[in-house]
Amino acid sequence: MSQLTKDKTGEGFWGNLANSPSTNEFLKGLWKENPVFVQVLGMCPTLAVTNTAMNGLAMGLATTFVLLMSNILVSSLRNVIPKQVRIASYILIIATFVTMTDYAIQAISVDLSKALGAFISLIVVNCLILGRAEAFASKNTVGKSMLDALGMGFGFVIGLLSLGAVREILGNGSIFGIPVFPASFQEWVIMILPPGGFFTLAMWLMFFNHRKQKKAAL
Amino acid sequence: MFKKTLHISTSPHLTKGIGTDDIMRNVVWAMLPVALYSVWSFGLGALVVLATSTTACVLTEHFLAKISKKESTISDWSAAITGLLLGLTLPPGFPMWMAFLGGVVSIALGKFVFGGLGYNVFNPALVGRAFLQAAFPVAITTWHPVYAPDRFTTVPSATFTAPFMEPSTVDAFSGATPLSAFKFDHVVTNSYDLALGLIPGSTGETCAALILLGGLYLIARNMMNWRIPASILLTVFLLSGALYLANKEAYPSPDFMLFSGGLMLGAVFMATDMVGSPVMPAAVWLYGALIGVLVVVIRIWGGLPEGVMYAILLGNAVAPHLDNLIRPRVYGTVKTAKKS
Repeated sequence: MSQLTKDKTGEGFWGNLANSPSTNEFLKGLWKENPVFVQVLGMCPTLAVTNTAMNGLAMGLATTFVLLMSNILVSSLRNVIPKQVRIASYILIIATFVTMTDYAIQAISVDLSKALGAFISLIVVNCLILGRAEAFASKNTVGKSMLDALGMGFGFVIGLLSLGAVREILGNGSIFGIPVFPASFQEWVIMILPPGGFFTLAMWLMFFNHRKQKKAAL
Repeated sequence: MFKKTLHISTSPHLTKGIGTDDIMRNVVWAMLPVALYSVWSFGLGALVVLATSTTACVLTEHFLAKISKKESTISDWSAAITGLLLGLTLPPGFPMWMAFLGGVVSIALGKFVFGGLGYNVFNPALVGRAFLQAAFPVAITTWHPVYAPDRFTTVPSATFTAPFMEPSTVDAFSGATPLSAFKFDHVVTNSYDLALGLIPGSTGETCAALILLGGLYLIARNMMNWRIPASILLTVFLLSGALYLANKEAYPSPDFMLFSGGLMLGAVFMATDMVGSPVMPAAVWLYGALIGVLVVVIRIWGGLPEGVMYAILLGNAVAPHLDNLIRPRVYGTVKTAKKS
């Protein structure tokens, strides 16, 4: 990815790829319109299930899958769905894939399913997914919608992972369950409690906004 | 020589007002006896905690002012007060790194993100303490005995815990503070011991007499709103007195309620934070009464032995609304007219 962004003005294969509009559809979700740090969408799972890096990653991937499938279906049905009932139809489509994801996670890991709890079902009402369906997939081709969903989905994974990593390191002294501190580490209990989620999110938002302002000032 | 010249000048005629730093310096003087007594009664453990939290607050203030390219505001003493207050609410022998972290959180999250002194919603020292209480519930309720014979020669082993490591509790005191003793074992401590500070507890909360002395000094110099401590203490006294009269077995006596825990320290030095408390006298009485009621409710029916910190933070949160609530109607406006 770094090569792609560096070669923006370049020629050849990478240059063409970096300048093509479809690459842009993918990349915008990762950084410029990151769902967590820029659009501040889907705050419910962002705050609730990021107490460990693993939970954040699983939640992010589940959301990405639902987002991808619903974007594809919404986009391919965009000329069929009547305008008056579009929200209901989108919710129905999203709920279908959420149910599939829910069962898949239960089949793969019961522990993970227990840790994520109701928040997997709550992907249905994640405003990120409905937002992309309404704002993008219902107006664009299937290919573009897929790229958009992947970009937004991975951007969401990045957001959840960076929250989950900070909270797990400070709150539990480990990352992905692997200890990073000696055994006598003192856990910051607050970091795995809800206030820790708010503090960490606020810190990351402060960091990214500070960078953005600095860039704009240059 | 008397000069017979008439000076004519326009108003204002005052040549010198009281600045922020004057008030803050006087608050430090008022807190000094409390801090000195805590060092006398708890020894080096208290000294290290107070010094660490104060240093952390001053350094954080200076550093954050520098990176946001503002003039450093440490010379107005407000950061030092926050640090000293935070230290006074922590138990002696509290690990240094946690006290330092508390100081950083107090200034950075309690004050600076809101825009610095005068813009903070909550009392910064209590924000720091609330963070520490939620993050390290065990360390912050590990007490040390008062007037230990070796208090000036040895430092509690937890004090110098390496950063991010769990403090050892080998020499910690297994006994409880008067409030938790009452809450969990129903043991009432003698009120004279409470008033004079002959009890274990946080560094600065033990000697109620010295705290009141500091408060009287500030009230005498007109640098503290006397209505705030008066209304808090009165509410606590009346409410717990009524409960005590109703059932002397189940509820503690009002003098025990007044002199135990952090009530004195909170009522005199924390709730009176000029930024976080209301301005109008009637709103101030309401504010104090609300804090007083919350203190009694949390202490008697809540899960925690002590509720002064949360009571004051909640009081801070509603303070601006209380000012709005009792704002007099502007002459000539209709009563039902909504503020635009």
